[in-house]
Amino acid sequence: MVGPDFSERLANLLSADGGRLAEAWVERVSTSLRNRMSTVELDRELRELYDALVEALRRGAGGVHDENFSEVRALLTEISRNRARQGFTPGETAVSVFALKEVLEPGLTSGSSADIGAYLRLSRLLDEFGLFTMEAYSQTREEIISAQAEQLLELSTPVVKIWDGVIAVPLVGTLDSARTQVVMEKLLQALVDTGSEQAIIDITGVPAVDTQVAQHLLKTIVAARLMGAECTVSGIRPQIAQTIVALGIEFGDIVTKASLADALRHALGRTGASVVAKAGERR
Amino acid sequence: MTGTLVPEGGTTRQPIERNDDVVRVRHLVRALALQCRLSLVDQTKLVTAASELARNTLVYGGGGSVSAGLVTRGGRTGVAASFEDSGPGIPDIDLALTDGWTSGGGLGLGLSGARRLVDEFHLETEVGRGTTVSVVKWAR
Ligand SMILES: Nc1ncnc2c1ncn2[C@@H]1O[C@H](COP(=O)(O)OP(=O)(O)O)[C@@H](O)[C@H]1O
Ligand SMILES: [Mg+2]
Repeated sequence: MVGPDFSERLANLLSADGGRLAEAWVERVSTSLRNRMSTVELDRELRELYDALVEALRRGAGGVHDENFSEVRALLTEISRNRARQGFTPGETAVSVFALKEVLEPGLTSGSSADIGAYLRLSRLLDEFGLFTMEAYSQTREEIISAQAEQLLELSTPVVKIWDGVIAVPLVGTLDSARTQVVMEKLLQALVDTGSEQAIIDITGVPAVDTQVAQHLLKTIVAARLMGAECTVSGIRPQIAQTIVALGIEFGDIVTKASLADALRHALGRTGASVVAKAGERR
Repeated sequence: MTGTLVPEGGTTRQPIERNDDVVRVRHLVRALALQCRLSLVDQTKLVTAASELARNTLVYGGGGSVSAGLVTRGGRTGVAASFEDSGPGIPDIDLALTDGWTSGGGLGLGLSGARRLVDEFHLETEVGRGTTVSVVKWAR
């Protein structure tokens, strides 16, 4: 905690030479960010923070979570969030706070012992603010990452038209119910959009199929049928096949093929087209 | 099925409170299965059983947790996992373990299927208090 007398002294220390100190701070941070941020923006950001800090100290603020520091915290949060979004590292983010300590240091040699005491308190306070910055930063990163995971959910399940009248969905990775649902909806929509009557669902890249994933699959296949389309499931690897059997899931009359190529051959046969190997290429 | 299970190298406990926790349970169990050197088929069976039980914990048990780790007994090593909730419990165990029976909208094959996928299966339940399902898969 910073006592009232200390915080008053600190406020005086910071504002006495205010213009120059803030300037040196901006310069130092700018260098550490290797000019990847516009100086104008940085200047605005840090001066605002500086003023808020001085103001809070003048009002006699205690620890980081003190009421009087709410403005400082809000600004720090905003800075951290911006840095996280702009792709700066946590270190580069925290340096915005820690650099102020370095800027204040030279003034210490000429300072009184009371000033040094005040500096040490401020130093501790800035450490806390540094940590606060890191927390805000990582929270934003987490938000960004989960947003990306959602986008990936969309992206990583492409429904592709592989032939006239044939679409395919290669499923890759862990299938949670949300993802299976997304894929299956996309598949049904793609049948309509491409006017296809054959769909291939390839599960070569899926490590496990549980009853919920199977149920999504089965429902989609039935829905596709109602739309006049046929689905073929390909790429059921031995360990998946054995697990499905042990679970007791029945695929009924659903067509399954070992590989995507087999499934395509089958699908083409159903659409009326056929694949004929040229004599010279036959192995 | 005799003798006591001896924990080997600690137990990991994970919450099962949200949909993506089920995925995390699968990853945890997969990692243990690899550590235990289960065959690919056995890994897949165990991971799938864990997926079923974790989802039941979430959907029917209203959330809970899993504790999983390696165990030994009589020189064999295996993976043990225990799924625990303090939900409504299962009033009729035989019915719940009947293939195709579901009180929800599932396939009704999770509980009975999971039992077939593992080597040991214990179900403890009390209406109004909760359910614990413990399974073990031994390395061959
Ligand atoms: N942890 C649990 N708590 C309460 N009831 C459960 C639990 N696990 C399973 N059940 C009951 O057993 C039934 C069968 O489960 P399961 O075989 O997994 O089928 P499904 O999940 O498709 O309903 C469930 O519908 C539910 O009524
Ligand atoms: Mg179930």
